[in-house]
Amino acid sequence: MTETRRAFIKKTLSVSAYSIASTLGWLMPLKAMGQWQAENFTPGKLDDSITRLYKGQKIADSKDIELKIPTIAENGAVVPLTVSSRLGDVRAISIFVAKNPVPLAAHFELSPELDAFVSARIKMAETSDVIVVAETGSGLYSARQLVKVTIGGCGG
Amino acid sequence: MSSIKIRSKREDGKTQIRTLISHPMETGRNKDPKTNQLIPAHHIQELTMSRNGKVIVNCQMGASISKDPYFAFMLRGGEPGDRIKIEWIDNLGNRDSEEHVLK
Repeated sequence: MTETRRAFIKKTLSVSAYSIASTLGWLMPLKAMGQWQAENFTPGKLDDSITRLYKGQKIADSKDIELKIPTIAENGAVVPLTVSSRLGDVRAISIFVAKNPVPLAAHFELSPELDAFVSARIKMAETSDVIVVAETGSGLYSARQLVKVTIGGCGG
Repeated sequence: MSSIKIRSKREDGKTQIRTLISHPMETGRNKDPKTNQLIPAHHIQELTMSRNGKVIVNCQMGASISKDPYFAFMLRGGEPGDRIKIEWIDNLGNRDSEEHVLK
């Protein structure tokens, strides 16, 4: 009897703590340029995910985006990648993994004080294309590369 | 102790800023092997970097970023004494920040 009551109180407390924490998080966003939007990070297909983020704008392939990523990743949980670009006026860089449950890995908004350069480590569930989209003042450009994954990276 | 480490390095008039954050980055799809229950999603959603109080990078991310995220950026210029601040917030509302002064 006492135990169930205790468990109940514990649960209630943790649930309310969680909801307070998440509400606070939503009420006090960082003074940011962009805000985290759940809809961009919903599971789905790659094309839908790109269309959603860039609102259906045209994306051209570009050779001026350099995507450095291993062609064979032994461990899908940690795949290092570096994106750099010779394109001028790059305002944002997004990284997509085609066959991940949530294709969009990250979206970086860069101020003009920064070079078009981003380095990160991503997870890959399976062998798939990695797509990088650069948003410039004159349109959207993308580059892609196939990465073979020998061990899936769903495990953290 | 802060969850964020920041390092900077000067290269030909530019400053490379690297950061390593300790965070589980759980997707919500993994099972705890002991209890066979799904581990709830717990990942960083937003990361911002500012220089002397002005935001220069805003990053939105999902759980496809590896556990203990690492990022590197290249700052044009960068004077000794510039204050670089990095802060993050995750989907549970946790947050942390750290400051680093360029040498």
